[in-house]
Amino acid sequence: MISVDDILAGDRLALSRLLSQIENDTPEGRAVLNKLYPHTGKAHLVGVTGAPGTGKSSLVNRLAHYYRHPPEDQRPKSVAIVAVDPTSPFSGGAILGDRVRMRDLSGDAGVFIRSMASRGSLGGLAISTSGLVQAFDAAGFEIVFIETVGAGQAEVDIARLAHTTLVIDVPGLGDDIQAIKAGILEIADILVVNKADRPGAEHTERALRGMLDLAHPVRRVFHHHGRLEVVSAPTTEASPKESFWSPPIQQTIATDGTGVSELGASIARHYQYLKKSGGLELRERARLQSELDDLLQATLLNRWQEAVPADKYQKVLADLVRRRMSPRQAVNELLDGVSL
Amino acid sequence: MRKAAQKIRVLIAKPGLDGHDRGAKVVARALRDAGMEVIYAGLRQTPEMIAEAALQEDVDVVGLSILSGAHNALVPRVLELLHANGQENVKVFLGGIIPDDDADELKEIGVTEIYGPGTLTTTIVTQIREAIV
Repeated sequence: MISVDDILAGDRLALSRLLSQIENDTPEGRAVLNKLYPHTGKAHLVGVTGAPGTGKSSLVNRLAHYYRHPPEDQRPKSVAIVAVDPTSPFSGGAILGDRVRMRDLSGDAGVFIRSMASRGSLGGLAISTSGLVQAFDAAGFEIVFIETVGAGQAEVDIARLAHTTLVIDVPGLGDDIQAIKAGILEIADILVVNKADRPGAEHTERALRGMLDLAHPVRRVFHHHGRLEVVSAPTTEASPKESFWSPPIQQTIATDGTGVSELGASIARHYQYLKKSGGLELRERARLQSELDDLLQATLLNRWQEAVPADKYQKVLADLVRRRMSPRQAVNELLDGVSL
Repeated sequence: MRKAAQKIRVLIAKPGLDGHDRGAKVVARALRDAGMEVIYAGLRQTPEMIAEAALQEDVDVVGLSILSGAHNALVPRVLELLHANGQENVKVFLGGIIPDDDADELKEIGVTEIYGPGTLTTTIVTQIREAIV
């Protein structure tokens, strides 16, 4: 049995075993997580996402190192890292290779790195990632990094889980049209151009800057055909309280640490901003709501599956295949008489 | 509802200073294809780094690949640290160039199985599965 007190007291083996129980969604894992929940809500959750090979793990390694060895006027913070890598859709196995980039952190008791496989989940995280994050939060880690699988354009679950989301870009991945597409760039609280020593870094930053200027217009005065024009910034309706954070663009070189302390400072600024503006509560609320909804869905599905006999399901499926029933009718048939 | 079967978690690491990691990668890939979750720690790991990773990842198996001849120094230390951390249940497998006499001794102090060149990956997969149950 895993004891809640051991977790709260910082027992690393107990924590590690709990993380496995949560990943495997066991009754014991659920029970301990229920008891730990009141102790959560203190950590700063930092999401890190971006395409495969953009340097997410290397950058997390550098950032964690920065928090452990901060500038002189600050104290070191404890850091947990949840690194997600993809599960093979064919074998169900996975190679979790993020630790390879994080060897600088080994031997430090203030750091805990846990790799996890996505196990079929498609949003860039695994289903149990938020459970792992809660466990780290309750165990007293002050900063929790959540590194997604290499993400393309639409894996945006991280924005719901993290307080501060970093989107990592590198030179040469696309032009300004890529930059104005919907999806992953929209969720950035901070944009990072990593591998900034490569040719084209300035161009990438310019494309991102152009995208931001469209999304976060500010009041501008400019000359147009000899006349002085003033364009005032529109107020946003979607999130009035959060409307004044314009994501900074930070150039970094993760392999030698260039730009990492500036990035660390940006992360701290964003957290301060969230606290002051009330954005933190809004995000917490949205995060918990989406977690509640997901859990409700999964639980209802579970109960329904326990309530419906397998042969009835097979019979309806057969009818569906023979075109005797439409998919909607099949659903009605299967829900008929089931009390959830 | 069908639960995802509990996955076997394996840490693959190369302790010591030799840089020949092809074997470790081949084994990692074979275990992945057998449905296991493989944490790949890579080259030039100290026994301390390996034990720490095994603890944080709560693995069932640690696979060590050594081609430098330093196995008699490195492997006992890894076993010792795993025990000290309370992970005496973790099975340790070893691959590489290990002379027979050394292999016997290493098995005596707790290594589950040792694989030399030419071992079939299917053998490794089967024996890991058997060791875990």
